[in-house]
Amino acid sequence: MAILEKSELVANAAGRIVPEMVNGRPQVPFMGVGKYRPINGKATPAIRTSADFPTNGDKRVPDLESALRKCGLRSGSVISSHHHLRDGDRVALMALEAAGKIGVKDLTWFPSASFPSQKSAITLMESGVIDHIEGSMNGPLGDYCTQGKMRGMGVLRSHGGRWQAIQDGEVHIDIAVIAAPTADPFGNCDGSHGKSACGSLGFALADSIYADHVIVVTDNLVPFPCVPWQIQGNNVDYVVEVDSIGDPAKIVSGTTQITRSPDRLRIAELVAQFLRDAGIMRNGFSFQAGAGSIALAFVSYLKQMMKQSGVKARFVRGGSTKYLVELLEEGLTDYILDGQTFDLDGIRSMANNPRHVATSPFTSYNYHGKGNFASMVDAVVLGATEVDANFNANVVTHSDGRLLHGIGGWQNCLASRCTILAVPSFRDRIPVIVDEVTTLCGPGELVDVVATERGIAINPRRQDLLDAVKGSKLPIRPLREIKEEVERICGGKPQRPVHRDRPVAIVKWVDGTVLDTVWQIP
Amino acid sequence: MTVALETRSGEAGHSGTDVRSDLHVHIEPRDRGGIAIELQSRVKPYYGDSIQRQAEEVLEALGVRHAQVQIHDEGALPFVIAARIEAAVKRAGRGQGTRVLPDKVSLPEASSRDRLRRSRLYVPGSEPKYFINAALHGPDAIILDLEDSVHPGEKDAARLLVRNALRAVDFLHCERMVRINQLPLGLEDLDEIVPESPNLILIPKVENPEQMLEAGARIADIKADYGITRPIWLMPILESALGIENALAIAQASENIVALTIGLEDYTSDLGVVKTPAGAESLYARQRVVNAAHAAGVQAIDSVCGDVGDMEGLRVWALNSRALGFDGMGCVHPVQIPVIHDAFAPTSLEIERACKIVAAYNDAHQKGLGVVSLGSKMIDPPVVQRALKLMARAQAMGLAKV
Repeated sequence: MAILEKSELVANAAGRIVPEMVNGRPQVPFMGVGKYRPINGKATPAIRTSADFPTNGDKRVPDLESALRKCGLRSGSVISSHHHLRDGDRVALMALEAAGKIGVKDLTWFPSASFPSQKSAITLMESGVIDHIEGSMNGPLGDYCTQGKMRGMGVLRSHGGRWQAIQDGEVHIDIAVIAAPTADPFGNCDGSHGKSACGSLGFALADSIYADHVIVVTDNLVPFPCVPWQIQGNNVDYVVEVDSIGDPAKIVSGTTQITRSPDRLRIAELVAQFLRDAGIMRNGFSFQAGAGSIALAFVSYLKQMMKQSGVKARFVRGGSTKYLVELLEEGLTDYILDGQTFDLDGIRSMANNPRHVATSPFTSYNYHGKGNFASMVDAVVLGATEVDANFNANVVTHSDGRLLHGIGGWQNCLASRCTILAVPSFRDRIPVIVDEVTTLCGPGELVDVVATERGIAINPRRQDLLDAVKGSKLPIRPLREIKEEVERICGGKPQRPVHRDRPVAIVKWVDGTVLDTVWQIP
Repeated sequence: MTVALETRSGEAGHSGTDVRSDLHVHIEPRDRGGIAIELQSRVKPYYGDSIQRQAEEVLEALGVRHAQVQIHDEGALPFVIAARIEAAVKRAGRGQGTRVLPDKVSLPEASSRDRLRRSRLYVPGSEPKYFINAALHGPDAIILDLEDSVHPGEKDAARLLVRNALRAVDFLHCERMVRINQLPLGLEDLDEIVPESPNLILIPKVENPEQMLEAGARIADIKADYGITRPIWLMPILESALGIENALAIAQASENIVALTIGLEDYTSDLGVVKTPAGAESLYARQRVVNAAHAAGVQAIDSVCGDVGDMEGLRVWALNSRALGFDGMGCVHPVQIPVIHDAFAPTSLEIERACKIVAAYNDAHQKGLGVVSLGSKMIDPPVVQRALKLMARAQAMGLAKV
């Protein structure tokens, strides 16, 4: 399925050069934020009838290979998996290897994210079992893609963009394989209990609704009913019981640690002070912060300030960790709306506290719906690998063009009322604020604040924020000035890394249009 | 003309997965073949050409025309690269007497004798990754340390690094201090450091006034050589029983001395006692330092708290320090800075009271009254003096309106 050779390239509304055709499918180039209005209907899964399923609700089959055969696996199928078990997941590879044994070729693997421990997928790509991966790639898989070794093109989407792509019919999943920390024989699944507990299973929800076939794989089978049913068995074809779905040590971190780096702590403190001084931190407010080292420290600074000012949040969104759970348990927030659960405290809280709510990319992030939660969040604190002087930002590639992170919820979170990128102004000697980002992931009009250890830059489009912090002691500076200072420190502007003219992956915007291209690197 | 040079290789700096913002340089001078540089760097796609160019320039400046050079860079900034190459060349027995100086940021103002010195952040002189952002954390002073935090085998290289940092790093509003080594090694430090006009030099393990005179004379000579007229202040560190006993004589040894400080690790070790969080074992020594400093008209500065995890212990120590009469203390990590600043700040109650006293004084003065009274209390002149001092200090810290 050698697609790469003949693809016309066009410039999109952001001025980025993108392919018009990807893996045999025509693409819509990015048209600007909020500009693309799709007119088609949604994907329509086939009607299924209970006549074809056991009335006693027992959908168990002996192993994955049989389940895949029963689901009609064939060459060229799209198999999906999910990353709620993070680097500890064993199920995705188990399924792909079983497909290899069956002898099919040219599969599209459609994970919500891939992880370094899944690097043996490279062997499956080399042997032709997998044609290409549509989903975030980093580490060895990212290098394999950016070095141009993958046959098909990579497609990188946000969590909300993945839901949108499935719902809009851009990606048709033949077989979804869902790893379930707890399940019953009917296929109801729960993520917050069991030896491999991971919290929310939200990433798998779209697949369970729209895929032709759904296989649940669990290492903790309980008699019906499995509650809460984060995934409904009514969408599930088969249930497979295995000894282990993953390595608990890598599914969650025992404790998430706050950074001790003084520079990162400074950035975190500045962000918290910004929220306070700009008046965003007020009774009933909301914020989102992930599990990155700066984000965790930010939560801890903000918490002190909330206590000092007697302020309480209505809800916080995570990436939940011990630090969000503490806010909930100390009454500093009414709810945690949780998209992904990172540590043991998060999992315990979700299992026991009705105010710690598992959410899905549909409710939180999907752009092609009647709104989503992301735009209702007062402030979000995100990372980035690069930002340009117009606030355009990159999160997927390193400055040299190698794939570094998945997009995750990052693009979706840009819809927040105040999007703050909390980044060091340079890493080692490499400036983070640059003339042009290597890969555009977030349009600058949606990035409101860039907070670095050398000062806070507010997007000139946000005069309201500039006014709000007037007179505060915060080091507010133009982004360009910080950029120039860093270039002085680093001994001039960096050379532009060389890339080849061959696209190896595309970055989708939240509406399914193509925002940018990842190019092959030497 | 051919001069036979012995060929010995030299190396300097550090590399490895745990190392950041530094580099390792290995240089092997040879008789012919020009300069061959083998560069490994995590920032090669961005600054590979720049590193190559800089290395050639530094070697040229040091008179090295033929050499094989291996550079393993971990994202070092230019002033670090220059210092490491210079150290490697000098260890290879070349380039003696030549210094390769990086571009200079504008030299900050000389500091005033009695400026605020609440906190001084120690930065190890051989760890360049800490230099560049140290000032962002807002200590009153930064001490680039050549003494205890630098391995004996690294003194020569750290000296060059600190010299370059004094030129190339913007330390913002912080007073630029250097702690040199104990004399006589410290004299060699002065030769590299003084030409870059640090604001203040800390002299460790001082036991008698002669040591201050010796250092002072060397500094005066170098200043004269370089035409430096601005003051370079001195802060002796007393770290032994004998040093403490000679505190007043030491404090009075030179008019450039602006503060007296104490090093408690060495002092307690000299006494053979354990350094405790409460510090009873050093109470006499600390009071002696405070008293001698005040007698000599200089500031008294306390030692450091080494346990970065114990913020409450630090707060208690610093409050006690202020109560004893110290003007500030050292810190070993930026997180300690705000705690120390808080502890050394006058409380709002103190400021309020001082305000009233000063107002009463001004009022009495205007009315031509000799006696100042506040409510039913008579205010003695020293009380007024203390209130004025406290107000001045509060203003310097931005705590009180002028």
